[in-house]
Amino acid sequence: MAEAAAVGAHEHHHGPQGILKYIWSTDHKIIAMQYLFTGMFMAVIGGFMAYVFRMQLAFPGLPVPGYGVVSPGEYNALVTNHGTIMIFWVAMPVLIAAFGNFLIPLMIGADDMVFPRINRLSYQVFLISAILILVSLFVEGGGFGGAWTAYPPLSSVSDYNLTKLGSSIWLVAVALEFVAFLLGGINFIVTLMNARAPGMKAYDIPVVVWMIVIASILFMLSVGPLIAGAVMLLFDQTLGTGFYDPTRGGDPILWQHLFWFFGHPEVYVVLLPALGITAEIITTFSRKKLFGYKIVIFTAVATGVLSFFVWAHHQFIAGIDPRMANIFTVTTLLISVPIAELCFVYIATLYGGSIRLTTPMLWALAFIGEFLIGGVTGIFLGASGADIYFHDTYFVLAHFHYTFFPIAIIGTFAAFTYWFPKMFGKMMNDTLGKIHFWGTIIPFNFIFIPLFVLGLGGQHRRIYNYQNFPELAEMQPLRVLATGALIVMLVFQFVFFWNMFKSWRSGEKAGKNPWKANTLEWTTDSPPPHGNWPADDMPKVYRGPYEYSVPGRDDDYWPQNIPG
Amino acid sequence: MIERMVLQASSYAASVDGLILLITVLVGFWFLMAEGVFFWLIFKFREKPGRKAMYITGEKKSHKKWISIPHGLVLVCDVFIIIGAVKVWYNVKQHLPEPDYEVRVIGQQWAWVFQTPGPDGVLDTDDDIQTVDKLHVETDKTYHFKLESRDVIHSFSVPVFRLKQDAVPGRSITGWFHPTRTGTYDIQCAEICGIGHGVMAGQIVVHDAPEYASWVSDNAAAQ
Repeated sequence: MAEAAAVGAHEHHHGPQGILKYIWSTDHKIIAMQYLFTGMFMAVIGGFMAYVFRMQLAFPGLPVPGYGVVSPGEYNALVTNHGTIMIFWVAMPVLIAAFGNFLIPLMIGADDMVFPRINRLSYQVFLISAILILVSLFVEGGGFGGAWTAYPPLSSVSDYNLTKLGSSIWLVAVALEFVAFLLGGINFIVTLMNARAPGMKAYDIPVVVWMIVIASILFMLSVGPLIAGAVMLLFDQTLGTGFYDPTRGGDPILWQHLFWFFGHPEVYVVLLPALGITAEIITTFSRKKLFGYKIVIFTAVATGVLSFFVWAHHQFIAGIDPRMANIFTVTTLLISVPIAELCFVYIATLYGGSIRLTTPMLWALAFIGEFLIGGVTGIFLGASGADIYFHDTYFVLAHFHYTFFPIAIIGTFAAFTYWFPKMFGKMMNDTLGKIHFWGTIIPFNFIFIPLFVLGLGGQHRRIYNYQNFPELAEMQPLRVLATGALIVMLVFQFVFFWNMFKSWRSGEKAGKNPWKANTLEWTTDSPPPHGNWPADDMPKVYRGPYEYSVPGRDDDYWPQNIPG
Repeated sequence: MIERMVLQASSYAASVDGLILLITVLVGFWFLMAEGVFFWLIFKFREKPGRKAMYITGEKKSHKKWISIPHGLVLVCDVFIIIGAVKVWYNVKQHLPEPDYEVRVIGQQWAWVFQTPGPDGVLDTDDDIQTVDKLHVETDKTYHFKLESRDVIHSFSVPVFRLKQDAVPGRSITGWFHPTRTGTYDIQCAEICGIGHGVMAGQIVVHDAPEYASWVSDNAAAQ
């Protein structure tokens, strides 16, 4: 156990009190809550944006209730910021920062993060970035509308994008968000390496902790080039340099390489934590050991390494050397192998189980079932010859929503419903939880399957009114269907918020270990006190995290901290 | 599959569609297998009173084969897809057949400008015909297009041809197509290019030979 963690624990017993406790705390659990609720707030904004632009697509030109008429410039700003917010201010803060902060110390038996004050700084930088991205929507000229990929020269020259202020603030906000996650990532990695409970060896670490740490490493290795690229883009915007300006020796394609060199590993940065969450839930509720623990860890590492060599599949038709497409087709299709393997492992874990379909289990299973669709449709896009047709169509859009929605939304609901008893000491209402589950999953498929069909029909992206394209105009019923399903799904989210508040105030008391799970966070009180365990009674680890239904034992679980 | 929704109007459209069909069959098989096994296991191993779960580590060889065999088979399918993808890619993007005509396609905020050869049939001569948002071509001829941009990145996309190529400022990118079917089809800009991106709609008019000849002579005379 590192001294640093002990010093950190000592510090917050004398830390700020009252309301200050919540905004100036270094406790990993409070910081996790800050990230979680900021992320949820941003998700509501991102969801509202989706509602506005889907309404515009279904009923072009009509005023959208709650918003008004959508102009082409506003439409571009809405789709751009929907994407940016959902990835950088929802998926990352919730999956990595919130659950990473909450789970890592609790699951490895530490009293806090190794660097509690860096942790606090990480959230504060993140909060500033979140405020900035929201401010950028309301400045003169409106929010940035050059897509979340921000390809120059559209993003670099204000005469082209017409949002001089909006695009610069957008860029600064994204860069600050990266700073926040670099700070957080360092903390996660060092904490796992140095603050594990006595007896916890590498293969006794719960998969979700592994996954969050591997994701943090991927993020740290990939984000550097993009930060350099973002600084150059900011200079192009504000100082008039020409890094991406071909008339002055620059090259617009340079940005695309820097962006996607980060952007593709980023997919796995958010995927791995969601896979980790799923592993915890599936093992708990099928009362089974994870099938091939080591396979999962090594496959995740292999995926991470491969993910650095696939980026140009986003650029097949961008004007890169056509021979390069062949290499990236090979690497991209190869990455399907470890991902398929992970899916097989999770499915194999179900074999021979005793499966209890609780709300968190439903979410975890839905993650696998839906992510498979996202996975297989990726093959169409990784195959260069087929991508000529599919590039920048709604097929791409539907594909990555079938990956990101399971990751960021289904994964989050799985984790939230599973660890809610630990976070708040109360059980969530299972009936309301299941209503919310079906009310989200069924409309989700009705949103994006029509969008696959539109993509097959050749519908290209980021168009505010398809009536301008005769071949596409007649597919309007599919657009209306997708929008209708979105509204149904959004309405069902009220059930979730209602359930959250009601269970928080008056839910049944949870006890230490309501799911009869093995990992260390279930051995302390719900919610855990400062320092997580009494300082003289920190947990020790005697076995791996998934020893369920071990033959010869009466109990079908065997917590990691029980000797024998 | 796709041809039911979008016509095939170029020489390589069918090969792109064939590749998409190949991928659909291969990944469709794996998808249905995986989902089938997945739902079957959820049903078969649902909680029943008195039944305890099995203890399977998945680390033994006899267990691992349930993962490693499908793993190997997925890899084999990947190889087939890679071969198909590279073949189609080579024919559409890497290999340029000898052209009958050359045209210049210029993207700008927010219109397509086309420069077509005049009666002499050669691009970049005095009798070139310039059009906006309408590209006139002759069927059954091989075209090279020189794709340029005056401002931001655009993408020249003709769904019925299965053709897409980004236009990058500062570069002239050469590609090819060979129309096989007369008619008027959409040209899209497939890369976001500013507030007018949604109205950057062009059309390609594929004429038969006599019709094209009279279009050229009419427009050459007008210039």
